[in-house]
Amino acid sequence: MSDRSQLISTGKPFQYDRERDAEFERLVKRYPTRESMILPSLWLIQEQEGWISQEAIAYVADRIGTFASMVYEAVTFYTMYQLHPMGRNHLCVCRTLSCWLRGKQEIIDYLKNEIGITPGQISEDGRFSLEEVECLGHCGTAPVVQVNGEFHEDMNVDKLKALLATLK
Amino acid sequence: MEVKILSAKFDIKDANKIAIAKTLGAYATLDKLFAMKPEDVIEEVKKSGLRGRGGAGFPAGVKWGFLPKNTGKPIYLTVNSDESEPATFKDRYILVRDPHMLIEGIIICSYAIGCHDTYIYIRGEYTTQVKVLQAAIDEAYAEGYLGDSVAGHDFQLNVTVHRGAGAYVCGEETALLESIEGKKGQPRSKPPFPAVAGLYGCPTIINNVQTIASLPFILTNGADAYKVYGTEKSPGTHLFGISGHVEKPGMYELPLGLPILEVIDKVAGGVWKGRKLKGIIPGGSSTPVLLPDEVKDVTLDYESMAAHKTMFGSGGIVVLDETVDIVQLVKNLIDFYHHESCGQCTPCREGLGWMLKIIKKILRREGSMDDVLLLRELCDNIEMKTVCVLSAACTMPVRSYLDKFRHEFEAYVQGASSAQVKQE
Repeated sequence: MSDRSQLISTGKPFQYDRERDAEFERLVKRYPTRESMILPSLWLIQEQEGWISQEAIAYVADRIGTFASMVYEAVTFYTMYQLHPMGRNHLCVCRTLSCWLRGKQEIIDYLKNEIGITPGQISEDGRFSLEEVECLGHCGTAPVVQVNGEFHEDMNVDKLKALLATLK
Repeated sequence: MEVKILSAKFDIKDANKIAIAKTLGAYATLDKLFAMKPEDVIEEVKKSGLRGRGGAGFPAGVKWGFLPKNTGKPIYLTVNSDESEPATFKDRYILVRDPHMLIEGIIICSYAIGCHDTYIYIRGEYTTQVKVLQAAIDEAYAEGYLGDSVAGHDFQLNVTVHRGAGAYVCGEETALLESIEGKKGQPRSKPPFPAVAGLYGCPTIINNVQTIASLPFILTNGADAYKVYGTEKSPGTHLFGISGHVEKPGMYELPLGLPILEVIDKVAGGVWKGRKLKGIIPGGSSTPVLLPDEVKDVTLDYESMAAHKTMFGSGGIVVLDETVDIVQLVKNLIDFYHHESCGQCTPCREGLGWMLKIIKKILRREGSMDDVLLLRELCDNIEMKTVCVLSAACTMPVRSYLDKFRHEFEAYVQGASSAQVKQE
């Protein structure tokens, strides 16, 4: 498992934009304890910035009124929270059982050989980042690749090539 | 063989939109619901024999009956939409194609158990699915099916979607509760069970999406209509996910109790590319594998699976063709469960890591027969010595592969010894 203990500082204070601010206020009323806002707050940061910085963690701890250590514990435990900037297009390739049985390795090999990135890396131009992830729940249409949250099913090298060409 | 109970609206365009869903009967049971006493609703669900569709198969109505009475604390319903067990991909069809069936089910369950705040815990990876679900909930609020007065009745209900963020273990019900409370997903010791002390220390019912989505049909048509499908002890229908080496993988709604081989042949098009069958994983990656000569009498229900020393699980069937390298497959499985261990219990955190090291050594052809036996011994030493069953979800299937495909492991270690001989 990759090291998830290191946080990156931007050197700039963080705050939610107006839309995220309103969503925070809507959600906080739904829970009897403010700590329940830890996961939703982290998602709001990631939606806004694409990743979660040290300053953003301090901001939500303050806003929720909880210990920064509580937020740190959550952000480092849950692997979907990105602790550093990602590529403009974040590719997640499922590596688990059904995708493995139906050729996920060809997808990974193509990305490695043609794009030059291996799981955990960001391409030099910042266009792509790649992650091998555990089961994405699309086993009936395996192999599956998730790009910036969108699912692409029944993938093969040709379809992947066409898809990558559309990504700036 | 297919039936359309839960999936009746799945192929209808825009059935996720409330206007269309209502023309197809969504929310039509609510007048009947609110005319009933909550205990009568529970009784009807008990009578239907509906069993939890998350994997354990515990009767839903009986589970609801465990809630203590008059504690003075609020009662919570949490809907488990974490759907992370490899080979399981059924609940997302409900979330995307018929979310109003789920919301209607939530209203039914909440009224029956006296809950006014429901949380739907959805896995973080379901990014597109969560948008469709949230839009449906917003519509239900706008039309008065959720909020201060559900469908004009004296019943208040809020439904909140809580997104996970990539932890398989949060499908375990107490880890799920921890996650809603803002903590890392580490399962709690039981007892107390969630029905007594769950979310925020209050009585809590946790049900799978498909379980809850089955309620509108049962309430509309009655328990007897539901029991027309399936077997006596496993009544109803199930959304089966068939994946792996078949011609037509996909999600199929079938009554319980059908012969597994017939389903694979007639529904899923049989083993792909004209190849031979090597094995079947019957209910998600954590269920023990079945060999071709073991599956002849196996039917898709809880009892038949138990009789064949495996489990119905989530109904995620994986077909393995003759080309599968079982040792590689076992490495893929151990890798998954090791990665997803929450780190709380030593036998799981360290043990699964140890198993991974051993299987990698065997795959490098550096292992010996002692390593194969050690792997087998570790399965026994890890299982049931942890707070939750995540470690068992790894050791149960691994043990089955070690026992049923021992020759494949032996071939790897024998290859090792001959390679060593050559070097010498």
